[in-house]
Amino acid sequence: MADKEFNILDPFSSVDLGIAESADGVKQWAIANRDVIQPIKRFFNEIIVGIDNGLNAIPPVVMLAFMVLIAWQAAGRRVAILVGVSMTVLGFLAPNAWALAMTTLAIVVSAVILCFIIGLPLGVLAGKNDRFESIIRPVLDTMQTIPAFVYLVPVVMLIGIGNVSGVIVTIIFALPPLVRLTSLGIRGVNESVVEAARAFGASPRQILLKVELPLATPTILAGINQTIMLSLSMVVIASMISVKGLGNEVLRAMGRLDAGKALVSGLGIVILAIVLDRITQGMGQSGRDRGHRHWWEAGPVGLILRLTGKNS
Amino acid sequence: MTISSEDAVIDCRGLWKIFGKRADEAMKAVQEQGLGKIEVRDQYDCVVGVQDASFTVARGEIFCIMGLSGSGKSTLIRHVNRLIDPTSGQLFIEGQDVNALSARELREVRAEKIGMVFQNMALMPHKTVMDNVAFSLEVRGRDVQQRRDIAQHAIDAVDLNGWDQKYPDELSGGMQQRVGLARAIAADPSILLMDEPFSALDPLIRRQLQDKFMTLSAEMKKTTLFITHDLDEAIRIGDRIAIMKDGALVQVGTPEDIVTNPVDDYVADFVAGISKLELISAGKIMEPVPKFEKRSGKVDIAAWPEARPDHSLDDLVNLSIATQHPIIVKSDGKPVGIVTKNALLRGIQGDIDDTTSIEQ
Repeated sequence: MADKEFNILDPFSSVDLGIAESADGVKQWAIANRDVIQPIKRFFNEIIVGIDNGLNAIPPVVMLAFMVLIAWQAAGRRVAILVGVSMTVLGFLAPNAWALAMTTLAIVVSAVILCFIIGLPLGVLAGKNDRFESIIRPVLDTMQTIPAFVYLVPVVMLIGIGNVSGVIVTIIFALPPLVRLTSLGIRGVNESVVEAARAFGASPRQILLKVELPLATPTILAGINQTIMLSLSMVVIASMISVKGLGNEVLRAMGRLDAGKALVSGLGIVILAIVLDRITQGMGQSGRDRGHRHWWEAGPVGLILRLTGKNS
Repeated sequence: MTISSEDAVIDCRGLWKIFGKRADEAMKAVQEQGLGKIEVRDQYDCVVGVQDASFTVARGEIFCIMGLSGSGKSTLIRHVNRLIDPTSGQLFIEGQDVNALSARELREVRAEKIGMVFQNMALMPHKTVMDNVAFSLEVRGRDVQQRRDIAQHAIDAVDLNGWDQKYPDELSGGMQQRVGLARAIAADPSILLMDEPFSALDPLIRRQLQDKFMTLSAEMKKTTLFITHDLDEAIRIGDRIAIMKDGALVQVGTPEDIVTNPVDDYVADFVAGISKLELISAGKIMEPVPKFEKRSGKVDIAAWPEARPDHSLDDLVNLSIATQHPIIVKSDGKPVGIVTKNALLRGIQGDIDDTTSIEQ
């Protein structure tokens, strides 16, 4: 390329700075540092496999009932019915659909928990500090827009194929909305309420924990909801680096041009997405919007409390 | 009323606040070259919020700061609990320099010595009335039971018992501000900062809350700094009033002082529409007895209605309606002055300096 004659109207095609070649050094660096990473990888892998085994060890019917109860508590009766019906449909899609869905759920849960642990402090920091916000914003933009295939290779080189890599690529894609919305939530807290807290002697920590985070909670939960949705949209790509679950089924069906199987597994992902979305959206709504004062006054917990209250 | 600085609970000395990136330079220029507000704005791109404010508030006194929006009164009040740091000057609370406190000491002072009420209530929407009221106790780490007891006491004091488990958005504006008041008095602070507490309320509710506040403050003897843009409110509530304009205190005095001796046209314009009936006392408009006798000859005052020098014009009007005679003002049983009908009418107009011209 470089031997092409220089043309002032098209200077780009005649100059080769070799950026791509030097950037490939990332791969070499990743391979060289593999040994350091392996123990950390093993630790996280065990956690993910543990969650996976745990979810799969629970009999599907018990798990189904459990999910319905969670949905009832978090989002009310209608969502509970929706979750019950959806998960039953998912179970009947294919004999192994439930087990695959649980594996996918394990990956998503791991990714979301890690996103929360990483994203919440970053979001709070970004909400409090304009400079940090201006630094982290382009990073978040990059994470969200850079094609997954770009970082798939370095991650695999560094960590190897498997669940941990899958979770990492999922985090890269799913983290930004949580950070953004946490920051937005913190910034959206009524300044006069914060001022009042200061006037009554609250320390910065107390203001954060007692005023800002509680008031930002709906926005933060919207961020978690988005993070879950984006995690689910990554399951097919993550399956390219040997993550099991529904995504892997879609990928394999695609390879065999098996439209039926792809559709079934794809539907499974959609159902899982709907169920998780409705539950987390319900959590974002305060109990008072749904007509009761405290979360323990409604749902199954409220029912049990009322029943035991009557008996005593 | 003169106050020695020892019993001043709030003592503000030469306080300046300049907003802007070059505030310190601007402050220096003001001190060295005596720049005005406009010059500071043009040369340094800074806004003068408070200029050279000095005042003291005695224990138990209600000190009103009156000014239009943008006059810097909210900025000034925030220096007392150091929500805003001054650019220059000092502020003492019970002899303690607020600006010398460490962050920790400052939080302690805020939670235990100062209660604040805000114009926009600024209640915490996610906490119940009870938890809002108990907030200053919560941040001090008091246990739940103690918090509840004290908060319940404050809630009762503002007549909100039964509402303690409600959330702020379930309450009307007037009730919300009563929660704000309860929150301010819950920790039994010695100082209350009231930042236009009743301005956002409709007139009837405002009056009720003013009454409630006045009863409470009479009971509790709290030193109060009260901000308002409503002169009627300032006169009703304040023991003393400071008129603020463009960040400076233009005049400080009792309501009667301000109304009868406005220091400049600005203050005069303000007080022009104020009813003098309750403010001006008989002692201010009476004519000394010898002077009156010199003019009208010896008179028989036996049938005349009697008043004391501290009776208001309102009282005098009531006395005057019942009789054709002037009113005799007696102090300790001795006649000290006479108020004629003309003098009374002039007094109602607020015209008290040239009583001699009345008879013409």
